Amino acid sequence: MRVSAWRRLLGEGSFSLVVMVVVSIAVFPFYWILTTSLKTDHELSLGTHGLWPAAWTLQSYVTLLAQYNFLIPLANSALVAAGTTLVSLVAGLLTAYGLVRVVPRARVAVLGFILATAFFPVIAMVGPLFFVYRDLQLLNNYLALIVTYLIYALPITVWMLVSILGQIPKDMEEAGMVDGATTFQVLWRILLPLALPGVFTAAILSFILSWNDFIFALSFMTDPARYTAPLAIVNLGQSQYQVFYNIIDAGVVITTIPIVVLVLIAQRRIIAGLSAGSLKG
Amino acid sequence: MGAAASPEAELGPVRPAAGRAFRRWTMAGAFLAPTIVLLVAIAGFPLAYNLYNSFLHLVLTEPGTERFVGLANYRQLVASGDFLQPFIRTSFFTLVSVALEFVAGLGLALIMHRRFWGRGLVRAAVLVPWAVPTVVSGMLWKNMFDPGSGFVDWGLGALHLPGATTAWLNGVWTSWTVILVADAWKNTPFLALILLAGLQVIPDDLYEQARIDGAGVLRRFRHVTLPMLKPAVLVALIFRTLSAFLIFDVIYVITGGGPGSATETLSYVNWRAFLVETNFGYGGAISVALTLIALLIALVYMRVLRLET
Repeated sequence: MRVSAWRRLLGEGSFSLVVMVVVSIAVFPFYWILTTSLKTDHELSLGTHGLWPAAWTLQSYVTLLAQYNFLIPLANSALVAAGTTLVSLVAGLLTAYGLVRVVPRARVAVLGFILATAFFPVIAMVGPLFFVYRDLQLLNNYLALIVTYLIYALPITVWMLVSILGQIPKDMEEAGMVDGATTFQVLWRILLPLALPGVFTAAILSFILSWNDFIFALSFMTDPARYTAPLAIVNLGQSQYQVFYNIIDAGVVITTIPIVVLVLIAQRRIIAGLSAGSLKG
Repeated sequence: MGAAASPEAELGPVRPAAGRAFRRWTMAGAFLAPTIVLLVAIAGFPLAYNLYNSFLHLVLTEPGTERFVGLANYRQLVASGDFLQPFIRTSFFTLVSVALEFVAGLGLALIMHRRFWGRGLVRAAVLVPWAVPTVVSGMLWKNMFDPGSGFVDWGLGALHLPGATTAWLNGVWTSWTVILVADAWKNTPFLALILLAGLQVIPDDLYEQARIDGAGVLRRFRHVTLPMLKPAVLVALIFRTLSAFLIFDVIYVITGGGPGSATETLSYVNWRAFLVETNFGYGGAISVALTLIALLIALVYMRVLRLET
């Protein structure tokens, strides 16, 4: 008895240790970024001396916001990601309704096509779309990114909404139809509220995926006033003699905070959405 | 859209079947059109345009020289080593990173599958690296490995381990190490979450039965967990294989393809052809090749999943 109790304790102990190691690996880099962003330029130039700064300062945040106007790329990112999310939800909701209720027979073919686009290499879109946006004078225009980011957002939105709408019993809408409501009224007043959790998850995933893009912003936005946050970070704090990681890291911290907040609020939904999106064949 | 709404309202049970079917398909068109048109425009059209451009000499900085050159771009692709070397590099990176992340992801999934105090917090902590922009994870690890203001060299020195003065981005293999760490840190959580979802649908009875049959932990894992996990494993692996093969952001941020061109991957070479050399003919040819590879992986995926309703 006592031996097995010891063994169990040992097992629990080593399990806890593994968990702590895993969490440290996930979290420690954030700690490093945060403390580096609070270092002075002088301390940074001396190299690493310990696990925390000798003196704490918000100077790099002030520089970031005042000198580099970092709020502009943040606002650009938010605007573009929100735009993509909105378009993706509207188009995705219509498509999901069409596939679930109007032409279920087209479901396999259309979902297959949408899945194929999700596998499309984004780099292969860069050249042709650059041409088109150049000719349409859409380079440095938010619209170019909002439309392009649909490649990230739309496939997962459609897949999730199809699976959500598919679970809603038909009687609900039929009752509405009998009352003389049009299809769109039914969709808007009856289905949307029922599908809201799924819509919410799709919105969060769309927003995160759009917020995270780099390659399209790098290719289509050459005017620093139109940089998105990831693009601005790459161009931060580089001088000929030194890389100012404190300023870069301040940008990293500010860009990461909205994502962390979203993840903490919607952790369960994100996990459920990701696994539903990938496991429902 | 409003036009599509009204016919549905009139659609009574007495209408002839043919007219009804017609109306049904027009309405379906209205519902499906936005998504299909958008996706064709941003993914389908570029595919065709790349294919077309790949037969042209098309360099933006040489205006007026645009002409049909047949397979010249593809010949350059095969002959110059400009494709072959990055292809080998990219394949190698894909193999190593996917294998590494899969093993770590499976371990992580098994940990998160257990019930323990603080599991929710652990999941959140693991999910955050997945959710941050790739540029952020790249910058973060570039900083961690920085010989001056980084953590890794300092940590190695503090523990009196070798390598404390390594300038990671000066060497080829050390550069790949930094890239690999940044990539694994961000993507392992994704694999873990897919695998966790797979673990959660395995019925407990199966484990119970195996236990009654006298199977130990390892045999239960081999004969129950692994076979039942197969669908999730395949999905996770193929998703990751494709995205590892197309790696760009991390390379751009951490090494810029260097030292020399030692860490230039296919996506990186392709991007450079498009936006640095403005060679849209040659870039188009690389894109076509990349698309074919992606298509191959996607076909395998669909085949494996056997799309049901």
